[in-house]
Amino acid sequence: MSISSTFHKWGSPRWFYQFSGKLLPWLAGLSLLLLVGGVIWGLAFVPADYKQGNSFRIIYIHVPASAVAMGAYMTMAIAGAIHLIWRMKLAAMVMKAIAPIGASLTFLALLTGAVWGKPTWGTWWVWDARITSVLILFFLYLGIIALHQAFENRDAAAKACAVLAIVGAVNIPIIYWSVEWWYSLHQPASISFTGQSTIHPTMLRPLMATLSGMYLFFTWVLLLFVRVEILDRERNTRWVQDQICGESR
Amino acid sequence: MSDSGLAKLVVAVLRRDVMASLRRGSEWSNPLVFFVMVCALFPLGIGPQPDRLAELAPGILWVVALLASLLATDSLFRGDFDDATLEQMLLSHQPLYPQVLAKTLAHWLMTGLPLSILSPVLGVLLQLPAKGMLALMVSLLLGTTVLSFIGAIGAALTVGLRKGGLLLSLIVLPLYIPVLIFGSSAVKSAVEGGEYFPQLAMLGVFYLVALALSPLAICGALRISVDQ
Repeated sequence: MSISSTFHKWGSPRWFYQFSGKLLPWLAGLSLLLLVGGVIWGLAFVPADYKQGNSFRIIYIHVPASAVAMGAYMTMAIAGAIHLIWRMKLAAMVMKAIAPIGASLTFLALLTGAVWGKPTWGTWWVWDARITSVLILFFLYLGIIALHQAFENRDAAAKACAVLAIVGAVNIPIIYWSVEWWYSLHQPASISFTGQSTIHPTMLRPLMATLSGMYLFFTWVLLLFVRVEILDRERNTRWVQDQICGESR
Repeated sequence: MSDSGLAKLVVAVLRRDVMASLRRGSEWSNPLVFFVMVCALFPLGIGPQPDRLAELAPGILWVVALLASLLATDSLFRGDFDDATLEQMLLSHQPLYPQVLAKTLAHWLMTGLPLSILSPVLGVLLQLPAKGMLALMVSLLLGTTVLSFIGAIGAALTVGLRKGGLLLSLIVLPLYIPVLIFGSSAVKSAVEGGEYFPQLAMLGVFYLVALALSPLAICGALRISVDQ
């Protein structure tokens, strides 16, 4: 199969709707299995940390949420670039769908971080370089969502968000690096990430499970969002009417 | 187009925008008044103790200058969009990139430059030690230019929307953060008697990157806003 025909296939919402429909049960099953299994494994079977006791177990939600939240922004920017360059409508739908999911994951990362910080550092919030960077990532997501909602014209909204996502993606390394630099200027408090030391394999394995589970979960939810968007945009076409009303006809 | 033609185009747009802004006095004076007023709020809010003010002055001055520049950014393309000058710019045979560059620079000349020049006066009001004045001015001169270019991207994206103002702040503020970090840090280092050239050099890097790359994003954003 040539590259261009693959490309045209991915550009067809109908093909994508049917293709993603086949993937959904697999993604749902695998992600739930890995997430639920990994969390039970991490909560019940992994020994407690010698320093942090049981509180470290929130890592099994915190780290996957943070990692996927960052990956999601880059995916969104790449989808935006694809939309701007090749006018692929599917990319615009993916971009629109990622923003709320990514914002929720970033919020989850911040929230679990605060919950973890309270017993470990004795405070809910520290202006640490990493926390600050994730907070800024959250702001970037909120900006994209706000911009998208402000437009009445759907195509203009997609293009404007694509430009903003790309500008944000160019800025993310600069922001991260300057926040690191800003933080290293301050004398770091007596707080340090114990997690930065090597993590024991018995703790790592369930983390790998929840991490891959979170990626699959993200993909699953993303597909669901995109499918709804496809149905909404193509609701006047024959195939959607056949798809939705097919059984009742 | 020859190089001299490009230069002529840039100068023509620059002159037109600066003239227009000078004739409508409020456009360049309002950000300055805002800068002065908000700086005056801080001693009222946190207390008049000189040593405490001196400690907070670099951060306050930089944040307020950033906000003043942000508020002024909304008007960058608004007038030209409303009377369809922007559309003519896009339709004309002249390349868009130099026109956008000139418009943004003109905007900086009318907002960032007066802010930077006025900043030592406010530094005195906020008890900023004399050692920090030069760093404050130079960091603001470089930094507000970067802020103008980043803000112009947001202004171009939101110019077609009726409720642009607050939205513009939401999308642009996160992108301002690196400039704020290095700008206020330069002033702090200078006050503490340390080296502040590295921070200024970083601001210079941001300046050049913003000058070269942001007009691309601004041009794309303007096309989207005018097309819709």
